[in-house]
Amino acid sequence: MTQALEAPAESAAPAAGAVLQRRRLTGGRFLHIYTWLVIIWLVLPVLVMIAFGFNDTPGRYNQSWNGFTFKWYGRVFGIEALTEALIISLSVAIVTMLVAGALGTGIGYALGRYRFRGSGTVNLVMFATMSSPELVMGASLLTLFVSLGVGLGPVTIAIAHIMFSISFVAVVVRSRVLTLDRSIEEAAADLGANAWTTFWRITFPLILPAVGSGMMLAFALSVDDFVVTNFTAGTTTTFPLWIWGATRVGLPPQVNVMGTLIFMVGVLIAVLSSVRARHRRD
Amino acid sequence: MPPSPGNLPDPALLRGLTQRRLGRRDALRLSGLSALGMALAACGVEGQGEPAASAPPADAVAKYWTGKTSTKKVDFACWPLYMDPEQPELKKFTEETGIKVNYQEVIQEMAPWFAKVQPQLAANQPIGYDLMVITNGIQFKQFKDSGFLAPLDHSKLPNYAKNAAPAYKEEAFDKGNVYSIPWASGITGIAYDPAKIKRPITKLADLWDPAFKGKVGMFSDTQELGNFGMMVLNIDPDASKADDWKKAAEKLKEQKDKGIIRNYYDQSYIDALGKGEVWITQAWSGDVFQKNVSDGTNFKFVIPEEGGTIWTDNMTIPVTAASPLDAITLMDFFYRTDMAASLAEYINYVTPVPSARDQIRKDAEEASGEDKESLEQVADSPLVFPTEADYARLNYYRDFASAAEQQEYQRIFEPIVLG
Amino acid sequence: MRRRLAPYLLVLPGGVWLLLFFAVPMVTMLSLSLQQGDIVNGYVFTGHWQTYVDAISAYRTQLVRSLMYGGIATIVLIVVSFPVAYWIAFYGGRRKPTYLLLLLLPFFVSFVLRTISWRYILTDDGFVLGPLKDSGLVGASFHILGTPFAVIAGLVYNFLPFMVLPVYVALERIDPRVVEAARDLYASPATTFRKVIFPLALPGVFAGVLMTFVPASSDYVNSAVLGSSSTTMIGQVIQAQYLTNSDYPTASALSFTLMAVLLIGVFAYARALGTEDVMKVAAR
Repeated sequence: MTQALEAPAESAAPAAGAVLQRRRLTGGRFLHIYTWLVIIWLVLPVLVMIAFGFNDTPGRYNQSWNGFTFKWYGRVFGIEALTEALIISLSVAIVTMLVAGALGTGIGYALGRYRFRGSGTVNLVMFATMSSPELVMGASLLTLFVSLGVGLGPVTIAIAHIMFSISFVAVVVRSRVLTLDRSIEEAAADLGANAWTTFWRITFPLILPAVGSGMMLAFALSVDDFVVTNFTAGTTTTFPLWIWGATRVGLPPQVNVMGTLIFMVGVLIAVLSSVRARHRRD
Repeated sequence: MPPSPGNLPDPALLRGLTQRRLGRRDALRLSGLSALGMALAACGVEGQGEPAASAPPADAVAKYWTGKTSTKKVDFACWPLYMDPEQPELKKFTEETGIKVNYQEVIQEMAPWFAKVQPQLAANQPIGYDLMVITNGIQFKQFKDSGFLAPLDHSKLPNYAKNAAPAYKEEAFDKGNVYSIPWASGITGIAYDPAKIKRPITKLADLWDPAFKGKVGMFSDTQELGNFGMMVLNIDPDASKADDWKKAAEKLKEQKDKGIIRNYYDQSYIDALGKGEVWITQAWSGDVFQKNVSDGTNFKFVIPEEGGTIWTDNMTIPVTAASPLDAITLMDFFYRTDMAASLAEYINYVTPVPSARDQIRKDAEEASGEDKESLEQVADSPLVFPTEADYARLNYYRDFASAAEQQEYQRIFEPIVLG
Repeated sequence: MRRRLAPYLLVLPGGVWLLLFFAVPMVTMLSLSLQQGDIVNGYVFTGHWQTYVDAISAYRTQLVRSLMYGGIATIVLIVVSFPVAYWIAFYGGRRKPTYLLLLLLPFFVSFVLRTISWRYILTDDGFVLGPLKDSGLVGASFHILGTPFAVIAGLVYNFLPFMVLPVYVALERIDPRVVEAARDLYASPATTFRKVIFPLALPGVFAGVLMTFVPASSDYVNSAVLGSSSTTMIGQVIQAQYLTNSDYPTASALSFTLMAVLLIGVFAYARALGTEDVMKVAAR
């Protein structure tokens, strides 16, 4: 993120600067308030979700507010089927993260580092997977599995998740690889290292943070996925699928608690990584 | 028209006709297209069923059941509102046999349930359940014809043989009860909130009353919807043909186009009624009673003058079940008079065990106050023990002679729900 | 020799995976759309393209409706997101990453859970509409859920970051000296915006449209949770055909049609701007 905006403001002529300041203030304040309104609107359902994790419901389900309690945090794993669904979601996400991480890094590195025939096609396919409607990807996978007669389950879910995550990992890795300083690699080669050693000891550590973000992105996409999973799961239930199925009868507070916890973990990771990034820069 | 191997010209012919050497690229492209054509043709979906076969060969039962042992666990897939949440019958079962039951209310509507488990059953994979309760309709036939249901060993069903009503041993949809035994029977009628609707509701035509605009619910299941569409026009569903279905579909479309419908529901109609989203809706007999008891509401259920639909939900065992032996033990357990009575007392659906009625009367004598009153009501309720006269007013789901007929029916009614 | 093999070897595993599980399924879907039969007895490829005609004529309304909702949602998104992206890019200062994080916050909650929370908030007698009805500000039978408004609002809500981020990226890249130069030349703020800022932000807007129109038009969760049978979108129809009716040929025909319509739109778009530009912005 550039800090370029600060510099020109200082170097502008005082008169124009003052005029600019005044204009910026009025326009700026209105936009400022507007932005905050949008942020509040965005966060509203999240607050509702968190709040209802503390609801002292008389029965099993959340209907209306009954009072504040911490008890659901103690009973978070009280519903067996829900806990199982969460475990399946997390397991699939971990597998996705590792496999898509590996496959995507390969593609991203190749696209960033080399110019080769077919790179256009690869780019196109990646673009297609990222912009294809999830509905169509899920539905077509269902037709594949049905035509092959292989049934559905956690394996088919993982296959689907890996498929749509590869491109995202590849894009992240590629942008990092594009900015790599080749001279370091050349120096290593000059010092007698072969391509393999150069890669593992020089290049890989440099792109590791990007690979890491790519993997985390794959993890997040996998845990949250609903549409594609709906088509490839069969009777297996993942966390989002369980929630979807439960909305008819009513959502138990445990769902809110789990959602809140996942949310907190996600926020924590995001905050930590941005703090780390800022430290690095300083 | 999409290319297929049939109408692509032979590359050699093209070469001759155009007097130009086909480049490698062109040849690749052409062969690519023909490869595509072949690929398209190669993707078929294996069929599972032989529709003609209804009774399995005599040794199928023996073949299926040899070697099956108890795993002390049953995964039971059922509908919501089909058991007391405290699960007293299941607890008693575990107490007496040591077999644990994992009861999951995962079935909300028949069609999605079939669609969900079909790919796994077709691949001979377990679906995670040993026992499932399915309704006698299109999907039951699909399950049966696809060979997804295990043939039952009636030597393991002594209580059923002893206690089941004769009528429930002669069902048309499963002659000889080869694959299923009934769980409960129910009636589709109309439920409404008397607090919001001041006049008494007695007719199917009331569901079309513009006074209730935007507050009417109907089922999304095409068989339920179709039956009501036909009955309101005084068409007998059993004898109906494609023309009748189209007329019924027109009538249902009218209901929708006039804005009378709030939405089409599966089992969740009862929550919509509870929340006030709808004031009057197509409904299943026992649900309303249970809702009133659990939530203290005052909804009413009526069998309309023009008629209602009667259906039977049946216990079946999917072929890939991990513990069919324990499942069949559980099935028989519910045919004990005391267990059948206990279940009927809570769910208020028609029980296949006639002796349960006396049991309920006995429980009523031993109870007092409110409990006594409600138990007496159950014992006398036409919704739990219908009379001959009641049965005369009720219709079954339309039975289809062929898959093509059934597809035609569905394609006429689906767009109403999906539109 | 080894040098030239390296990129191909690196791309191979991922490429094969995408080929097997992205490209091949499209072929099987196309194939299934041309098959006949039923779920019990199996389907056979017969090249029966009448399925397309039947399916599209039966569900034409939903298809058009989906494109319309998707289009309206996208336009609303541009209008809603632009000021936010603008403010963060030009006035965000040091806090830019924080603001971007705040915008992304809701996306740490499962998509389904977020949408269901909205249903909860907007329910007929809930804590928003209840008091409004009690105080007489709205009629007793007023409802938000089940209306196109609710569905489009849901779409806008769920796709906001996909519009804000690309627009932000494009705006952030604008050299502030260009803006200054415009001002120095006596351009009013309105003119500066119209003639300098907006055109420079356009690639971002286009990338945003690309990333929102397609998923919004094919969405079915928002309509299923917040809508009613009068707002049914083609996504719901396709999902129902696969997962309720087991009518694979019809479902596949509709799915393929939807994809074709959207893909043609996308490629026409990408052609109009040059894919590189779009991909660059989209990659951020």
